[in-house]
Amino acid sequence: MKQYLLSVHYVEGQEPPAPEVMQEMYQAVSVFNADLQASGAWVFAGGLHMPDVSTVVRPRGGQVLVTDGPFAESKEQLGGVWVVKAEDLDAALELAKRAAIACQGPVEVRPFQDEPED
Amino acid sequence: MAPPDVASVFRAEYGPAVATLVRLLGDITLAEEAVQDAFVLALERWTEGGVPPKPGGWIVTTARHRAIDRFRRESTRDERHAQAALLHARDEPQEVGAVRDDQLRLLFTCCHPALSSEAQIALTLRLLGGLETAQIARAFLVPELTMAQRLVRAKKKIRDAGIPYRIPTEAELPERLVPVLAVVYLVYTAGHTATSGENLIQAELCDEAVRLARVLAELMPDETEVLGLLALLLLLESRRPARTGPTGELVPLSEQDRRLWNHALIDEGQRRVRDLLRRGAPGPYQVQAAIQAVHADASRTGKTDWWQVLDLYDLLLSLHPTPVVALNRAMALAEVAGPQEALAVVDALTLEGYQPFHVVRADLLARQGRGTEAIAAYDRALRLTDNAVERAHLQRRRDAAT
Repeated sequence: MKQYLLSVHYVEGQEPPAPEVMQEMYQAVSVFNADLQASGAWVFAGGLHMPDVSTVVRPRGGQVLVTDGPFAESKEQLGGVWVVKAEDLDAALELAKRAAIACQGPVEVRPFQDEPED
Repeated sequence: MAPPDVASVFRAEYGPAVATLVRLLGDITLAEEAVQDAFVLALERWTEGGVPPKPGGWIVTTARHRAIDRFRRESTRDERHAQAALLHARDEPQEVGAVRDDQLRLLFTCCHPALSSEAQIALTLRLLGGLETAQIARAFLVPELTMAQRLVRAKKKIRDAGIPYRIPTEAELPERLVPVLAVVYLVYTAGHTATSGENLIQAELCDEAVRLARVLAELMPDETEVLGLLALLLLLESRRPARTGPTGELVPLSEQDRRLWNHALIDEGQRRVRDLLRRGAPGPYQVQAAIQAVHADASRTGKTDWWQVLDLYDLLLSLHPTPVVALNRAMALAEVAGPQEALAVVDALTLEGYQPFHVVRADLLARQGRGTEAIAAYDRALRLTDNAVERAHLQRRRDAAT
């Protein structure tokens, strides 16, 4: 089975959803997560804190330089990820459709390089 | 240079052979390599001994053996591919149905929605049509290197992202057919608009689109839009001999020599449109085919039934409400209600960057004797036209408008 990263992106500075919408999203996501676990597609999932609490560590001539994050000065930021097992891209896209509807935002599907030995 | 009969076998058998090898090997690049190896061998053998009775079967069997040889030589290759190839290495009967299924499977892979539409078209022409990268590049007016990179990148995505080789389930089919039909239609239009210097490519692309549409129609006889697309292409194809004049210049529909139209294609196209009307499940391709069927009637009656064309455009606009359809409808409206009324419709559309918009406006203005405005509109259209044949055609119309 291949593994895919499903990542949720959001645009920084956009109005956050109303509390009841957030509640709805959390519920939809936990239903989806429970289904992933029951079907065996689950590897890992989690939501991230805002990018302004991130820290970047860079290699500098054998040493490292630690700076305040985020790494990318981009308006689009990562909000959370799923790692899922799927037979092929079509199966991964089916999961991604459910993920996008649950979290009400665009989801990027990216394959991992190595197929783990089952 | 291959003898002509060998060359024509190559052209006909490349796509089906690659499709079968993709199923056997599970990898497009390996399949292409194996088929190319087999063709090299075929060129040696066939030039002396003649083409075998079942050249397609010969190519597939040889390609399979070449692939196995390659795996044995290059042990770094994925063992599983080698096993898959060996497992299937028994000589399967060359069933026509099985070969078609392989092609259909590969077509759905090439037209997967996860690929860009440019990549979908390029892959379809390369893998199913067997066109050379250079030919595809010329047809789409991009450098050969760009097209080669596009193909490599698309094949890499299919492999790395795990785009499957399979025919979609019935539930998925309506959604998955949309890009497949769009690609086949775009292949045809690319052939239709190729410049006169590229006559060969023009014919290749049009032929390939019609062939793919026929394969789809045979495989999915219950999908009315598939049949609609085939009917549409047959009717467009029926007029191809009349579409360009002796020096390669573009001849508009109204000025075409109707004796040059291909009546066998018209008959088949119109028969298919009538069958579809009885099914009563209209869709955009079917309605476009019906419009072309009305135009084709002009070869018998000597005049076009513009009221019927307008009715069909009204239906098309309700099924597919886009400004481009509205623009085409306006041309039919001009024939029924006059250029002034049509121009009012056209001027309300926002299609500033769309070349045909300015061509239609220019013609409608010219027909009302508004020469200065017509010339300005032709100039805008000319700025958006790359194709030399079409430029010459527009230039003539512009000069006539003064």
